[in-house]
Amino acid sequence: MTAARFTGKTTGISRAALVAASATILLASAASAQTIYVSNEKDNTLSVIDGKTMAVTDTIKVGKRPRGITLSRDGTQLFICASDDHTVQVFDLASKTVVHNLPSGEDPEQFALSPDGKSLIIANEDSNIVTVVDVPTRKVAFQVDVGVEPEGMDVSPDGRWGVNTSETTSMVHWIDMEKRAVVDNTLVGPRPRYAQFTKDGSQLWVSSEIGGTVSVIDTATRQVRKVVDFHIKGVAKDRIQPVGVKLTDDGRYAFVALGPANHVAVVDAKTFEVKDYLLVGRRVWHLALTPDQKMLYTTNGVSGDVSVIDVDSLKVTKTVKVGRYPWGVAVKG
Amino acid sequence: MTKPRLPRLLHSVSLAALSAILLAATPGAGTAAEAVGEIRIGFLSQTPEPPPSVANPDEPAADDGLAGATLAIADNNTTGRFLKQSFLLDSVEVPPDGDAAAALRELAGRGDRFVIVDAPGATVEALSKLPEARNLLLLNATAPDDALRGGACAPNLVHVAPSRAMLADALGQYLVKKRWPRWFLVTGRRPEDKLYADAVRRAAKRFGAQIVAEKDWTAESDVNRTAESEIPVFTQTKAYDVLVVADEVGEFGDYLSYRTADPRPVAGTQGLVPTVWHRTHEQWGAAQLQSRFKASAKRPMTARDHNDWTAVRVVGEAAARARTADPDRLIAFIQSPDFTMSAFRGAPLSLRPWDGQLRQPVLLAADRSLVSVSPQEGFLHPRTELDSLGYDQPETLCKTRGKTTP
Repeated sequence: MTAARFTGKTTGISRAALVAASATILLASAASAQTIYVSNEKDNTLSVIDGKTMAVTDTIKVGKRPRGITLSRDGTQLFICASDDHTVQVFDLASKTVVHNLPSGEDPEQFALSPDGKSLIIANEDSNIVTVVDVPTRKVAFQVDVGVEPEGMDVSPDGRWGVNTSETTSMVHWIDMEKRAVVDNTLVGPRPRYAQFTKDGSQLWVSSEIGGTVSVIDTATRQVRKVVDFHIKGVAKDRIQPVGVKLTDDGRYAFVALGPANHVAVVDAKTFEVKDYLLVGRRVWHLALTPDQKMLYTTNGVSGDVSVIDVDSLKVTKTVKVGRYPWGVAVKG
Repeated sequence: MTKPRLPRLLHSVSLAALSAILLAATPGAGTAAEAVGEIRIGFLSQTPEPPPSVANPDEPAADDGLAGATLAIADNNTTGRFLKQSFLLDSVEVPPDGDAAAALRELAGRGDRFVIVDAPGATVEALSKLPEARNLLLLNATAPDDALRGGACAPNLVHVAPSRAMLADALGQYLVKKRWPRWFLVTGRRPEDKLYADAVRRAAKRFGAQIVAEKDWTAESDVNRTAESEIPVFTQTKAYDVLVVADEVGEFGDYLSYRTADPRPVAGTQGLVPTVWHRTHEQWGAAQLQSRFKASAKRPMTARDHNDWTAVRVVGEAAARARTADPDRLIAFIQSPDFTMSAFRGAPLSLRPWDGQLRQPVLLAADRSLVSVSPQEGFLHPRTELDSLGYDQPETLCKTRGKTTP
């Protein structure tokens, strides 16, 4: 009986893969212990996962409808978009408490931190505005008007560009951070959800949830250079809804979360060809890489869990149950 | 917009600084040479008077429908600012016995090439045949008549609202998936109820359900007072799984639940209802549209509001994608296979070239909860699962539209 039960628990993952995974985790954690933070949109909580044991070690109550989360540059604080509280909470990781709120504007959904860690640029989904907050003084630095339902945000590595995608307008708005103004717009596929610059800043990758594509934009010209399309055998085209995108620092891979298609696409970031589709939990939205780039974590909203992907072998090694509708994910190295 | 735009922020940014910022953010500031393309959208509405026998506890708002179109114009203009396009809603309300043709001529005379028609099917059909409508694009926002998509179809007419066949198929797929295949069909006395019942019969045939019993509701008495005694007797029939009701104006359908002789669920025009929109729907970003609408109209969005919102957005999305304000090019683009748009129901919407119907998912909603979204998994179609709802290309009765495959 005991043996049978044990087999049941490891369904779907080979024993060898598990051993390999633990080895990888051990190697990774030898340098520094990793902690994974996940926001649970429908539970108003944060799940804390120990990167070594892959167990949830804590579930912490935060503001209403937590969505986007990101770490401060020094790794001591976590910024949390508490959408229904209309604020960005600053959460101190050591004391596990919210130390203060930032003035975020209405309904903050996603944000990005500038490379110097001083400016947080926030999408205010209900009011078609992007708010830029000066983190040290906790004041609004400026706001700009963007398209309908702003969502995806990023800042270029040189700090020159802030970008925002607007879902119903289907554009990327290019905010000149010095001029504090939108100076260009790039039309992409319907319902752009997420934007990420390459490490060198030369490209911006943008997912289009309803278009079912990822647009690769040349930063210098702000023109779309390549549109990546996805096809999964046995999955209807209109269920392939790309949301989260994560690029590895070495320029090798782009990982794309495909929403209700329940797969993460592995794209060769140089040739733009899709190499593989990895089966994860249901309604996969957001992704986070560990600082050493060895592991990728995904939030699976409908199944309420996090999938762990080993980047070297491109295998899903583990599933960790978290709260209801996990949304954002951040990894502290 | 009575609500200040930045209620929580004004304390931290001075007004002068703010207006300077907003001015600077206005795209195209300083490039005045480029002309702004104006797109005029006519909005012709006609609301039939409800029959006196109907006691509706939820009185529809005076701006039901129009509020959706108004929000969509604002959405179009937000996008349009970045593309040098501006949208104008030219609204005219025709009384129930008024002259809709005269209203359409007036809109056409003002240069509106797109006209949203939020009116009964008979009005839509009459307007589409007017010589003045020949070079317009009429967007039928609300009339569900399958005949408008079939024998009465027109090249200048597209249908934003799902047809009765699509609604019945959406419900039918769900009932079959639930293994509730034996239906008791109860039909009201109005002509549109007979059409709804026809669509339910068609759905039963398509998906392998059976109409095991049928009755017509003909009672003249005030159902409000007699329901408790009449309905248990009326619903005594052969064994069935679901009572499917066809009562579009809501004369008696709401009184069936909890009063049937056998304990059976009610679905159709009341009970579990196939619809384009519901106040409890929040998936695929719908929560955002719900809150945006609530902020502007001060009430939840209805299905009629949503249909009109979609109709205006069809024109806006086409203008953004085709990057033109030229009506001829937009009319061609909307009807081309390249046109798709998102409408907060998951799969993208597009137009069926064979009858001008907008393909779309259909929600199945109870009073306070969203139950499901059709097409249901497993109802396959070689082109898109959305084409498992309503009249597919081989079955279409439309002859005046092209036969091109999308």
